[in-house]
Amino acid sequence: MADLRINFAGIKSPNPFWLASAPPTNSGAQIHKAFEAGWGGAVWKTIGAPVLNVSNRYGAWHYGRQRMLAINNVELISDRPLEINLREIAEVKRAWPDRAVVVSAMVESKPEAWHTIVKQIEDTGADGIELNYGCPHGMSERGMGAAVGQVPEYCEQITRWAMEAATIPVIMKLTPNITNVVLPARAGVAAGANALSLINTINSIVGVDLDTLELTPSIGGKGGHGGYAGPAVKPIALNMLSALGTDEIVSKSGLPISGMGGIATWQDAAQFLLLGASSLQVCTAVMHYGYRIIEDLCDGLSNWMDEKGFKTIDEVVGRSLHRVSDFKNFDLSFRAVARIDQSKCIKCDLCYVACNDTAHQCIDLVSPDGKLVSPRAYDVRSNGKHDAVETRPQPVVREEDCVGCRLCYNVCPVDQCIEMVELPSGRDTVTWSELSQQQTQVTEDWETMKAYREKVGIHIH
Amino acid sequence: MESASRDIGTALAEQLPPLSPNAAAVEADRCLYCYDAPCTHACPTHIDIPRFIKKIATHNLRGSAETILASNLLGATCARVCPVQELCEGACVLGADHKPISIGRLQRYAMDYARDHKSYPTVKAAPTGKSVAVIGAGPAGLSCAGELARQGHSVTIFEKRDLPGGLSTYGIIALREPVEVALAETRMIQSLGVEIKTGIEFGKDISLATLQKQFGAVVLSVGLGRTPALGIEGEEAILDGLEFIEASKTGGTAMNIGRDVIVIGAGNTAIDCATIAKRLGAVVVTMVYRRTDREMTSYAHEYHFACKEGIEFRFLSQPSRVVVDGGRPVGLECLRVDLGAPDASGRPAPIPIQGSEFVLPADQIIKAIGQQKPALAALLGLDTKKGFIAVDPCFQTSLAGVYAIGDCIRSSGAASTVMGVEDGKLAAAAIHQQLMQTAEVS
Repeated sequence: MADLRINFAGIKSPNPFWLASAPPTNSGAQIHKAFEAGWGGAVWKTIGAPVLNVSNRYGAWHYGRQRMLAINNVELISDRPLEINLREIAEVKRAWPDRAVVVSAMVESKPEAWHTIVKQIEDTGADGIELNYGCPHGMSERGMGAAVGQVPEYCEQITRWAMEAATIPVIMKLTPNITNVVLPARAGVAAGANALSLINTINSIVGVDLDTLELTPSIGGKGGHGGYAGPAVKPIALNMLSALGTDEIVSKSGLPISGMGGIATWQDAAQFLLLGASSLQVCTAVMHYGYRIIEDLCDGLSNWMDEKGFKTIDEVVGRSLHRVSDFKNFDLSFRAVARIDQSKCIKCDLCYVACNDTAHQCIDLVSPDGKLVSPRAYDVRSNGKHDAVETRPQPVVREEDCVGCRLCYNVCPVDQCIEMVELPSGRDTVTWSELSQQQTQVTEDWETMKAYREKVGIHIH
Repeated sequence: MESASRDIGTALAEQLPPLSPNAAAVEADRCLYCYDAPCTHACPTHIDIPRFIKKIATHNLRGSAETILASNLLGATCARVCPVQELCEGACVLGADHKPISIGRLQRYAMDYARDHKSYPTVKAAPTGKSVAVIGAGPAGLSCAGELARQGHSVTIFEKRDLPGGLSTYGIIALREPVEVALAETRMIQSLGVEIKTGIEFGKDISLATLQKQFGAVVLSVGLGRTPALGIEGEEAILDGLEFIEASKTGGTAMNIGRDVIVIGAGNTAIDCATIAKRLGAVVVTMVYRRTDREMTSYAHEYHFACKEGIEFRFLSQPSRVVVDGGRPVGLECLRVDLGAPDASGRPAPIPIQGSEFVLPADQIIKAIGQQKPALAALLGLDTKKGFIAVDPCFQTSLAGVYAIGDCIRSSGAASTVMGVEDGKLAAAAIHQQLMQTAEVS
């Protein structure tokens, strides 16, 4: 059994899974229950300035049968009185000394306000503080949350104020609603934060009600952008996480990163760890299924680590970061082609239509007697399951024309039916970067490019 | 004979409930949306099944119904009576290692919507001034008439029965297709401008010569004849299977059902008869068949259904005499049968064993052993093929301008509603072409 314990900037927890600062961490009673279920830590729902909330505050993006592929919310920070939150934080920490209790905070952009809240949190015995620079709605209209996170200079200034008062670890949480997430991260480094976390929610409008023509959800006839989170945002989060991991200044600083954004399964968790997160925060999946999902998050991660021979979380963290690169460094001579396993293929022909309509036209339909046929080639009087099944053509990849785009692989509904097979290209390894340095003309002039392709044998139909 | 106390409406209420909106959405979302889908190939009318299912998934039920009706005007009947296991669902790519999509029930869901919202096709073509007579308001005739009407032709159907719908109305057990479904579908065909004249028997009330004078084309969609005779002693005490089903559908709320009922035959109609008898109170229902379960002509799923209904089977038994007492049957005498070499049907020939007589007790006996070939062919002097009306690839008979469709031409392949519907559609296309060509010439 792998050791799942972490020590994140001095904050210890028995497993890397913390509840993110959000509705699931709204009260002491909830967090007691979550810790009983096995969560390693919790980031208390943001405390700070006084607020009032509205109804219909959660929207969601459903796709097909999958409910809540993402959630969208306009809930503000905690609307419970500050002293109640502070008292419950202290109670929870006393009851659960081995769990990570981190408190998220957001107050007006004044040094004394930040000094005060930091001290109030420290008095509870909490293990750490998370600076909420991410909330994209409501609070940002009042100059807090994303209004801070989108301006690296503000991030740096406010983090400095927090650091002036803090004696426990301070985590600076980043908003994804910014062109380059590296810049606020560097501001955090400059201000002396102890750790970073990302991503907060993404600006979003979920949709429009086609009966009323109001936004969904409708808040008394109005709606607006809310914070978007859940499985649908995971790839965005992974990209931002790896952007920090591959930035020289951020990575050299050694600041640990708490990763979040769509973690719903242990596989998601492992991927965040591999790309550099050393603690993990979860919200939407818990809002969908409850605290109980912690069991498989830990169990699945542990089993995977055992299988892979990883003994500790530290051994996993950042292990795939060196694979993150840029297009200019990719091997232009790498060649893969799609291959359809005919024994697994159910002949839904989704690969065929995807390839022929929208990709590179290199999947053929081959009849049982080996002839190339068109779709719907059957006679109008042919019918019945035997005709339909026995004469149904088989999609086959024309490998010599396949550019290996991988679209068919992505649309195939059968596991492991289409495989991307690596084939020798017969060309020497070369990257765009090398090509532009060594044969600049090739990368700037179409005629020279044509001659180059001719020479090395690249044929594009 | 006892008079059954069970209410027919309750006992034979439609077997499958309609899908709930949620169940329909879940099932529709399960469809992979195959390209050039095998279910569409397997459907004799080639409904674009993935398209109509995806429209259910996007809550575009009007578009879904339109998609179905574009290929098959009798989508509501077909959704209920088609042997989907042999057709669309049997070809579903999810069938191999999973459960095929419930295409039939989804189609019914869209068709129920169309019926409830009167979301029916309309005629967009301008009137052509051409007219067509269709004989018989069964599925093939209705399909042909509706398709011709959509092309702008003036169509009149002549139906000898009181109600239109043919076997959908009279011959399919109500638990699979209630009468009202067939009648609603007929009204939809009428809404396309098709005139249906019921109670008019072709050959008696109206002649071919008259029709040929009044109409640009005549379509025979007359189905098949009565159940053939067994040629055994006491046969007059045996009920006709189709009449038995008809009585259960249009004969009121109760009917006479025996205690020990025997159904002779093992096709789908025989199973319908046995089911009716069982559901309406018979204690023992036995199907008597001279071959075995391997050769029986019913669909496998129908056979399994019958077994679940508690219907019993006596295979390898050939009826030889009805035992009658006081004018009423008390038993069916049968001979045991050996199976010999394959006969003309390709199945082992049943060889009755002389002296092997045994008697099965029965106070009601029903025969459902197929239907007689259409008598009309000989009357009109039409060419035939194995006793069925012979047609060319355009469904034209040996008489120019006279077409035939449906069971009356089904010399090969399964006689089924959906095949008749496709005949009607293809014949309508051919007739339309023919009529419009004539128009250009004149």
